[in-house]
Amino acid sequence: MTWTEIDTWIVVTGALISMACAVPGVFLLLNKQSMLGDAISHAVLPGIAIAFLVTGTREPLPMFLGAVIAGLFTGVLTEVIHRRGRVESGAALGVVFCSLFALGLVLIRLAADRVDLDPGCVLYGAIETAVVDVNPVPQIAWLSGGMLAVNFLLAGMFYKELRISAFDPALSTACGIPARWMQHGLTVVTAMTTVVAFESVGSILVIAMLIVPGATALLLSPRLSVVLGLAMAVAAFSAVAGHVAAISVIPAALAKLTGFAALGAVSSAGMMAVLSGLTFFLVLATVRLAQRRPQ
Amino acid sequence: MKPWPNFPGGEVRSAEMETFWRLISLQDHNTRIVLAGACALGAAAGLVGTFLLLRKRSLLGDTLGHATLPGVAAAFLVAEALGYAGKSLPVLLVGAALSGVTGMAAVILIRKFSHIKDDAALAIVLSVFFGAGVTLVTAVQQLPGGNAAGLDHFIYGKTASMTTSDAMVIFGASLAVAVMCVAFFKEFALLCFDEGFAGAAGWPVRLLDVVLMTLVVVVTVVGLQAVGLLLVVALLVIPPAAARFWSDRLGVMAVAAAGIGLLSAALGVAASALFPRLPAGAVIVLCAAVFFAISMIFGARRGVLVRSYGERQGMVRLRREHLLRAIYECAEELSSPEQAVSVSQLLAKRPWKRNALRREIEHAAEAGLATAAVDGGDVQLTGRGVAEARRLVRNHRLWELYLLHHAEVAPARIDRDADLIEHVLDPKIVDELEALLDSGRRETFVPGNPEKLPT
Amino acid sequence: MNALPLEIRCLNVAYQRKMVLWDADLAIQPGRTTAIVGPNGAGKSTLIKAALGLIPSASGEIQFFGKPYAQSRSRVAYVPQRESVDWDFPVSARDVVAMGLYRKIGWCMPVRARHRQLAEAALADVGLGDFARRQISQLSGGQQQRVFLARALAQNADLYLMDEPFASVDAATEQAILEVLRRLKNEGRTVVCVHHDLETVAEYFDDAVLLNMRVVTSGPVSEVFTRENLRKTYGARLSLLDEAVAELSRRGSPLR
Repeated sequence: MTWTEIDTWIVVTGALISMACAVPGVFLLLNKQSMLGDAISHAVLPGIAIAFLVTGTREPLPMFLGAVIAGLFTGVLTEVIHRRGRVESGAALGVVFCSLFALGLVLIRLAADRVDLDPGCVLYGAIETAVVDVNPVPQIAWLSGGMLAVNFLLAGMFYKELRISAFDPALSTACGIPARWMQHGLTVVTAMTTVVAFESVGSILVIAMLIVPGATALLLSPRLSVVLGLAMAVAAFSAVAGHVAAISVIPAALAKLTGFAALGAVSSAGMMAVLSGLTFFLVLATVRLAQRRPQ
Repeated sequence: MKPWPNFPGGEVRSAEMETFWRLISLQDHNTRIVLAGACALGAAAGLVGTFLLLRKRSLLGDTLGHATLPGVAAAFLVAEALGYAGKSLPVLLVGAALSGVTGMAAVILIRKFSHIKDDAALAIVLSVFFGAGVTLVTAVQQLPGGNAAGLDHFIYGKTASMTTSDAMVIFGASLAVAVMCVAFFKEFALLCFDEGFAGAAGWPVRLLDVVLMTLVVVVTVVGLQAVGLLLVVALLVIPPAAARFWSDRLGVMAVAAAGIGLLSAALGVAASALFPRLPAGAVIVLCAAVFFAISMIFGARRGVLVRSYGERQGMVRLRREHLLRAIYECAEELSSPEQAVSVSQLLAKRPWKRNALRREIEHAAEAGLATAAVDGGDVQLTGRGVAEARRLVRNHRLWELYLLHHAEVAPARIDRDADLIEHVLDPKIVDELEALLDSGRRETFVPGNPEKLPT
Repeated sequence: MNALPLEIRCLNVAYQRKMVLWDADLAIQPGRTTAIVGPNGAGKSTLIKAALGLIPSASGEIQFFGKPYAQSRSRVAYVPQRESVDWDFPVSARDVVAMGLYRKIGWCMPVRARHRQLAEAALADVGLGDFARRQISQLSGGQQQRVFLARALAQNADLYLMDEPFASVDAATEQAILEVLRRLKNEGRTVVCVHHDLETVAEYFDDAVLLNMRVVTSGPVSEVFTRENLRKTYGARLSLLDEAVAELSRRGSPLR
C-alpha cells in the first residue's frame, strides 16, 4: 500500500465531512426523521440543476443556495402533505423526494447540454478526484472543516432548544420554543451539510454519515452530550479506516477471492459507509451480549 | 406525410405527429414492449404498495432497492470468479434478491435487538448496504467485461431500451404478484388493520408479514434492473398515497392504486417516446406525482378541497346557529322571540369579538333571517328567522337533555349537522325527551320547548 | 389579581366533524384543587389541550389570569400524559426537569449549575432525589410520572394543569403526588387535574368538574357529587357500587 499526500487529504476531508454530518444526524435520529437525510440527498438534485441552468456554471455558491432552498422546500412540502393531506409521514416523504428527484434527473439531462455535468459524479461523489487540487489545502477540505465548525457552533448554541423540541414537542411549543421551526432549521442545516458532502462522498452515501455514527453512539450512551461526541468519533474513525481499507485490504481480499490479480483501489466513500455500518453492528452485538450475561 | 397548412416549420411538426400517431396506435413494437412491461409493473407496485402504506412502511421499498446493489455486484464477481458469464440476468437477479432479503433481515434484527426506531433502522440498512454495493461496483468496473454492470441502469433504468425478454419477465412477475395480492387480500387487510387482533384470532402474523415482504422484494428486484431504483420506489409509494384520497375502502383503494400506477406508466412511456432525450423512468414518476397532486386536492373522500369545504361549511353553519340561538334566547328572556335585542346583550350571552358579531349579523340580515338597525343598533329576528331559530333551539335543548339522560351513549350519537333531531334519533326517544322538556321536571338550566306556545 | 386562573367560555372542539367538546364553560377558582372527571372519550384531555392551544378549537374564549395563554405562559405549568414522549431518549431525570426552566434561561443560553441544582431540588420534592442522574428509560412508570411533576414544579407556576397524574401509578408515587398537591395548595397555587378514579376525588380534591362533552356541573365536591349528577355524566355505565362509593366518599369526612 502506497500512501501519498492525496491519501492524507482524502482521510482528513473524509473525517471532517463525516463529523460535520454526524452532528445534525443525531438530532434527525432523535426527531425520528432518519429518512429525511435520504430524502434531502435526493431532493437537492433539482435545486442544483436549477442553479446550473440559471447560472450556466458549476460555481459553488449558486449550487449551495439552490440545494438549500430545495432542502427546505422538501421539509415544508412534506409537512404540508402530512398535515393537510393526512398522509402518513413516511409516505409523504417518499412522494416528495421521488418527485423532486425525478424532476432533478430531467433537469440535469436538459442542463447537461449546457454545462459539463456528470450525474454519476453528483450522485456518488468521487472523493479521490475532489481533493486533487492540493495547493496547499484542497478547497473541499476548507469547506468540510467550515461546515463542521458551523454545525458544532449551532449545536452548541441551540443545544437545549434542539433537545426539548426533540424530546417533547408539545411542551416545547407550549413553552414558546416552536418545535416545527426547530425542525425546519434542522432541515436547512442538513441540506447545507449534504451539499458540501456531495463533492466528496456523494449524495446517497451522505445518509450513512448522517445516521449510522449517531445510531452507534445512541447504543453506547444515555447522555446526549456524550452521544454527540461518540458520534463524531465513530464518524472520524469510519472515514479513516474506510479509506485505508479501500486502498489496501479490500482490493487484496477481492483479488484473492476472484482470482483477478492487481485489483486497484475501490471506492473510498463506499468503504467509509461500510466501516460505519460494521462499527454499528459490532457495537450492537457487543451491547446485546453484555446485556444477556447476568452481572 | 399528411398535408399541413403552409406555415413555417410545418414539415417538422408533421414528423412529430407521425411519431405520435404511431405511438397511439401502438404500431411501434418497441413501444408496445415498454408499455406492457411498465404498465404491468406499475399495477403490481401499486397493489403491493397499498399494503405497505397501511402498514406505515412506505419507504421499505427504498431501503430494499438500495440494499440489492451489493448483491448484484457480488453475484457478478462470484460468477466471473467461477468462470461463468457474470452479466447474465438470472445470476444478477438472484444476487439482488438474496441481498434484498439480507437487508430486510438486518432491519428486523436492528428493530428486535435495540431501541433504535423503525425509520433509523431503514436508513442504516439503506446506506450501509448501498455503500457496500458502490464499493463492489468499483471493483467490478476494473474487471474485463465489468463496465458498470448496469450501474447507470440501476438508478435510471433502461426503460426505453427494454428487450422483449425483459418485458416478459416483468409481466410474469407482476402477474404473479397481483395474483398473490388478490388471493391473500383479506389476510393482508387484517394484518394492516389490526395486527394484534389477527394474531389473537389465530392468523400466522409473522408468516403473512414475510409473504408481504417477499412480494415487495420480487417487485423491487424485477423492476430494478429494468426500470431503475427511482421508478420502483416511486411506484410503490406514490400511486397508493394518491389512491388513498379517493376512498376509505381497502379494495377500492388497492384497485385505484393499481390503476394510477398503470396510467402513470402508460402516460410516462408515451411522453418519453415523444421526447426521447428525457429519461423514461423520471417522466413516469413525474406523471405519478401529477396524479398525486390532483388526488390530494380534488380527491372525493379525503381531498383537501373537499375536506376544507366541508369544514368551512360546518363553521358557517355553526356561527349562524350560535347567532340565531343567542338572539332568540335573549329575546325570550325579555318577553317574546320577536323582541329586538341589543348587541351588548348578545355579547354578554356568548364570547364574540365585536367585529365578528357585527359581520355575522350582516350575513344573517342578507339571508333575510334578521333585521339590524343602523350600525351597532338592535337586532331583530324576521318571521323566517324566528322559525329557523325555534328549530335550532328546540334541537339544541333536546340534544342537551339527551346528553344528560342517556349519558353513556349520547356522545357517539350527537350529530350537530342534522336538521332535525328526529333524523338521527329514534322517534320514541325524541318523544320522551320532548316530554321531559315540556314537563315541570325539566332542569332549571334548560329552558322550555320553543315549539310550544306559552300557556 | 382578581382574574380567575382559568376561565373558559363556550368552547367547541370538533375532530373531523365529530363534536368532542360542546359549548364547554369552566371557571376555575384560585387557590383550590379541582378534578375534571367524566367517562372515557368525554373530552377531558381535549379540554386541557385546547385551552393550551395544542389542538385547534372551533370557537370559544379561553383566558388565563384574564389574558390569552401566550401572555400568561410563565404562570402556567402543564403535566402531560406519560405516553406522549419517547422514554428511550438519551436524557437523565435531572435534564428533563431542567427543561421546565428553559424559558427562563432564554434562547441559546446554556443550562448552568444553579439551574441543575433547582432541578435536583424539585426532584427531591417528589422523592426522586437519588435518581437525578439516571436515564429516564431506567425509571418505572410511577417514577417517570414524578419526573414530569418535578418539571412542572420547577416552573414555579401559579396554575398547574395535569392530565391523569394518578393513572397507573404505584402507591409511593401516589403519596408523592398527593404531597405535592397539598404543598401547592398551602402555597396558594391552583391545581387542575384530569382524574379517572371517582373513589378518590373527594379525598384528593376541593372542587370537581363533571364533564361529558358539556360541563354537566362544577363546584365543591361535597355539593356536586350527587347521584343525580353522576348519573347525568356517566349515564347507565355507572354501576350501583360506583354510585354508592361516590355517595359515601362525598358524605364522609375527606382525609386531608
